Amino acid sequence: MAKGTISFDWVTILIYLLLISFGWMNIYSASLGDAPSGIFDFDQIYGKQALWMILGLFMIVIILSIEAKFYMKFSSVFYIISLVSILGLFVFGKTINGATSWYVFGGISIQPAEFAKVGTALALANYLGDIQTNIKLFSNQLKAFFIIALPALIILPQPDAGSAMVYAAFLFPLYREGLSGIYLFLGFAGITIFILTLVLGPLYVSIAVAIICLFSLLLKKRRRPTPLVLLGIIIGAIALSYSVDYIFQNVFEQRHRDRFNIVLGKEVDARGIGYNTNQSEIAIGSGGWLGKGWTEGTQTKGQFVPEQHTDYIFSTVGEEWGFLGTSLVVLLFVGLLFRLLHLAERQKSTFNRVYGYSLVGIMFLHFLVNIGMVTGIFPTVGIPLPFFSYGGSGLWGFTILLFIFVKLDSERMAF
Amino acid sequence: MRRLLLYIIIITTGFIFLGRLFYLQIVDESFARLSEDNAIKVVYNYPQRGYIFDRNGELLVSNQPSYDVMAIPRNVKPFDTLEFCSILKLTPEELSKKLDKAKIYSPRLPSIIVPQLTKSEYAYLQEKMRKYPGFYIQKRSLRDYQTQNGSNVLGYIAEVNNKIIDDNPYYISGDLIGKQGVEGQYEELLRGIKGVKYIQKDRFNRDIGPFKEGVFDTLPKKGKDVTISIDAMLQAYGEKLMENKRGGIVAIEPATGEILSLITAPSYDPALLMGRQRSANFTKLYYDTIARPLYDRGLLAEYPPGSPFKTINALIALQEGVVDVHDKFSCNRGYVYGRGRKLGCHAHASPLDMIPGIAQSCNAYFANVYRRIIEKYPTPQEGVNTWAKHLNSFGLGQFLGYDLPAGRSGKIPNADYYNKIYEYPTYKWFATATISNAIGQGEVLMTPIQLANMTATIANKGWFYTPHILKSIEGEPISDPDYTKKHFTTIDSEHFIPVIEGMHQVYKVGTASALQIPGIEIAGKTGTAENYTKINGKRTQLTDHSIFIAFAPVENPKIAIAVFVENGYWGGRYAGRIASLMIEKYLRNSISRKDMETWVLTHSLEDEYLKPHSGEPFSINN
Repeated sequence: MAKGTISFDWVTILIYLLLISFGWMNIYSASLGDAPSGIFDFDQIYGKQALWMILGLFMIVIILSIEAKFYMKFSSVFYIISLVSILGLFVFGKTINGATSWYVFGGISIQPAEFAKVGTALALANYLGDIQTNIKLFSNQLKAFFIIALPALIILPQPDAGSAMVYAAFLFPLYREGLSGIYLFLGFAGITIFILTLVLGPLYVSIAVAIICLFSLLLKKRRRPTPLVLLGIIIGAIALSYSVDYIFQNVFEQRHRDRFNIVLGKEVDARGIGYNTNQSEIAIGSGGWLGKGWTEGTQTKGQFVPEQHTDYIFSTVGEEWGFLGTSLVVLLFVGLLFRLLHLAERQKSTFNRVYGYSLVGIMFLHFLVNIGMVTGIFPTVGIPLPFFSYGGSGLWGFTILLFIFVKLDSERMAF
Repeated sequence: MRRLLLYIIIITTGFIFLGRLFYLQIVDESFARLSEDNAIKVVYNYPQRGYIFDRNGELLVSNQPSYDVMAIPRNVKPFDTLEFCSILKLTPEELSKKLDKAKIYSPRLPSIIVPQLTKSEYAYLQEKMRKYPGFYIQKRSLRDYQTQNGSNVLGYIAEVNNKIIDDNPYYISGDLIGKQGVEGQYEELLRGIKGVKYIQKDRFNRDIGPFKEGVFDTLPKKGKDVTISIDAMLQAYGEKLMENKRGGIVAIEPATGEILSLITAPSYDPALLMGRQRSANFTKLYYDTIARPLYDRGLLAEYPPGSPFKTINALIALQEGVVDVHDKFSCNRGYVYGRGRKLGCHAHASPLDMIPGIAQSCNAYFANVYRRIIEKYPTPQEGVNTWAKHLNSFGLGQFLGYDLPAGRSGKIPNADYYNKIYEYPTYKWFATATISNAIGQGEVLMTPIQLANMTATIANKGWFYTPHILKSIEGEPISDPDYTKKHFTTIDSEHFIPVIEGMHQVYKVGTASALQIPGIEIAGKTGTAENYTKINGKRTQLTDHSIFIAFAPVENPKIAIAVFVENGYWGGRYAGRIASLMIEKYLRNSISRKDMETWVLTHSLEDEYLKPHSGEPFSINN
């Protein structure tokens, strides 16, 4: 294909349109008041979302008409703007629901953290795409981590742990580009130990780790870890387990402990902290095979599920569209992520590939944590479901993130 | 590996989510129910229960408002417990027990704390209600009885039990349902259909409007007013006459099959089974196992019919052509059948043909007649079966099919029955083995309503309508073919003429001649039935039952009546008097023989009923 030939990936665009349309239908249902008014009644939540969607379409046109090189050249600028915008929250930010994550201009509130992901993804892609960067070098790893961690650390104390956590998604492009699997393994092992400690207590976890290590002595000599490494692993694991226990009991606040305890099944409190999850499960569970029909959800109408139009929008899908609807959404997301991974792999430049992987990682983490939370698999972490949850910033953030990649992909031959 | 890892993680996540969703939405059914409980409130709108009128339009049962004190435990705040308790006549312990119970049932749903306040309690409490947050007064509709009689006919209203709820999806916990009598039989007619409203609630349990714009809501349908065939005046009079006696009376209008009165004694005031004391009163009545006031003797008691049964034997004999009206049989104080066996009789002229035979109730005459019926056929089996078939055509030995929810079939023995008890074919049996049937003793059993229907059938000369209690619905006469189709007996109508004449002679010159009412011609038949019970395991003969059947006037029968008085010595003594008084009351609406009325009202059989318990001896055939 010749330079500049425009060939957008229509599969991605089609799935995107399906997701936002279906998402809007559910927002409409979840926010439908007593007296339904026009779709474009901007006093209503669904009206505002419709407006964001239409403006979003214009934005897509703009994004796609800018030359792909622009995004690489100005990635540092985007990154700096991102950092400034989230730093500015400490001065100009408005506190909504306990988190100082918003700028308010007139009647419009903007959540810059949703856009900061774009800047970070561009900056990381730019750094890794640099011919001089070798991610296998520890100093370069440190720089990459710095790019990722800086915005996360700014967002964390706002406090918005959910948004900050999403930055862990950047581990996926790093791994793809050659970061040692040890990091992923350690991360995974750490999470496993963390959860097992909460369920079983540190003593049993320590015993289990010791036993596994003893069994590893049965391996062939060549593959067997040296005693020193083994000892290190055992001591590290036990130290982690006990410190997790200590942190959980002494550093965490009760509300954090509650969230974990609910998911781990250690506590049942349907009226208190477990209310959100419980109501959400009831709403989804009552949907059955085909659901109760659009705008007919009794749980949705009764507003039993808090924040249903935002973080808990998936429970509306479950109640009104049943297993048919929920599995369709899951399949659409899996399909979109697969398609994007496929696109990322076919990129010629490291910049494009890293950006694609960042995009997939971020969307996947949102998908994983949000649906996991709504269906009661994960603890309550407030992050939105891409393209579904109400919110102009979220919608635009993901739209920009996605369509920059669509643009990059369309000009992949140019690099 | 570096390329595949994210694919694997994504696809794994997808499968885990699909599995979790499948579990939540398809496998685990409990969420669907939780959602209904959560979000939809069902409110029922109960219609007025239909009124019940007697045949003359007199209101028997209407409705009255009743007030229950309800509480929603979650909304109850500390209040002046002592004052509250003193108004409602509760102890503070009782109150706290009731509140605990309500809380266990549901903290957010209302529970009844004190049911069915009196009007004065309500008036007083209503003033103070605002001082008791979480409590409120709910209005309900209860029965209001305009009569103290006919509790067995009317039935009663009770809260549905779990079995009814399981069997019939119409009812939910706390609903009321008619039991026994007209209330039970015509429950669906009387109750109407309750309306239902589905209300969408929000998470604060507030109503936010009708569910799906009310497409599932229904309006209540008012219960239908019914007119029953009972004559309230006659019913009340009969119950009064039966005071201090036990037994059953059934009166039927022969031309229509309508039940004019259905009396059981002892009885009780229908209002006892209503209101706050219902449960306590019911328990008291239920556990009176000696007098058994809840036992409707008119429908359920199976007595040996005694001599009134002779009339049917006469009819069968005429139909079978085994006797002529003028055939005479002699009687020497009884009928000897076989070696040293004798069916005793009282002193009277002899020999007699049919009409004086009925008038004098001659046992020997009917023993001969009965033998001829049975022995007309080559085997006694055939003979007994033919005899039983005729009886069945009178509705005997089977459920009559009347429209009340209680009944017994009585008993008419057939060949199978005798083959079994006499161990045929090892042993043979003959007509004489069943000779007691000739005089309505032995194996034959009948309920008072069967006996009354038999009497009405004789009055009609061979046909009857199935007795029934419902006369009209909202002024529209009933059209159910079960009650508007004539049933013909196997006896030709001409044969009834001599039998009716015999029954008329009973009244003119025979065993009931003391019961004459000036100006009213009655056809009747006395009965005195032997009966036995077991006392300390020993079969003991009790004082005879007093039985009387009659219809009047003979030429144009308006009323057919059967009276059973347990242990009333002999037919004319209690049953005959009561029947003649009731006939006069019904036909004339006044009583000319005040002395007879006074005699019945002042004579009690309670001493007689105590005898099996006190050990006093019985005077048999006094």
